Amino acid sequence: MASGWTELPDDNEVLEQVYVKLENIGFRVGRRLAERYAPVGRRLTDTLDVVKFVCKDMWMVLFNRQVDNLKTNHRGIYVLQDNKFKWFLRMSSNHGGAAAARRAQPYTWLPCGIIRGVLDSFGVNAVVSPETLGLPQCTFQIKVVANE
Amino acid sequence: MAKQYRNIGEDVWKNKVEKVNAELFIFTYGSLVVQLVKDYEDYQAVNKQLDKLGYNIGVRLIDDVLSRTSLDKCKDMRETAEVISKVGFRMFLNIAPSVSAWSTDSKEFSLILDDNPLNDFCELPPRAVQDGLWYSNVPMVGLQVKVEFVRDVLRGDDVSEIRVRLEKMLDEEVPVGDD
Repeated sequence: MASGWTELPDDNEVLEQVYVKLENIGFRVGRRLAERYAPVGRRLTDTLDVVKFVCKDMWMVLFNRQVDNLKTNHRGIYVLQDNKFKWFLRMSSNHGGAAAARRAQPYTWLPCGIIRGVLDSFGVNAVVSPETLGLPQCTFQIKVVANE
Repeated sequence: MAKQYRNIGEDVWKNKVEKVNAELFIFTYGSLVVQLVKDYEDYQAVNKQLDKLGYNIGVRLIDDVLSRTSLDKCKDMRETAEVISKVGFRMFLNIAPSVSAWSTDSKEFSLILDDNPLNDFCELPPRAVQDGLWYSNVPMVGLQVKVEFVRDVLRGDDVSEIRVRLEKMLDEEVPVGDD
């Protein structure tokens, strides 16, 4: 009952449902965090400002550190890189790095939702997707969806 | 004896545990409950899920408590109650509920929470109260006990109360399928 490790279900449909739920929970958390920590006396004027707010202020709230690297193509794609993603720090696997990264993936779904929730609060409509090359590194790609 | 546990609890809280932003924790818990309510559309079913969740968290938390302290085995329920309140709750929620209302056979007691951090920023819609949702239904368990919330500030009571009843002592045994 109290085994430390739960196998990921093979069924992709189940995983998909887990993703939707965790992402939704995260989204609601992000909306609330944004209201609670929205900067006072400083206006976030464009998308880059909002993304920087996520990298600095929000990351501090979530993981007690800031994002290591932010890249953008200036056309609506932003990549946040965290080299020591907190939730990955104590993970390991005896099946090698790729397997560990795959198993760790569900842990990124809640933060993905949180990021999307924060952006949404500031009027930025976006899709957020995670990528892990090797634990404990993790990147989050933000793709802004053009507002009509 | 109670004082010794209070000191252990405070020492662990101050020096040995990693803290996480309280609002993040509270909002995440709140969103989780919202998701469960949406999924099950039935408050009793939500209570059941939260209880299950709490149990699974509890069995891990107790390992954490033991690994971070050098506590001896609790001799009786009274000692267990003190450890849960002064060490367990302090370590994970930074509160220490008072232990009271012992039954005459010493198998049943209450934990009174003057301040339950999970309740911050939270208000229950009238229907949830009426249909019996116990919002913070995730107490932790060490023995085979029955644990239930009997009073909750969010439902209009003046304090939150968790009732704990010992059903049977578990012998230490190797879990099935575990070498």
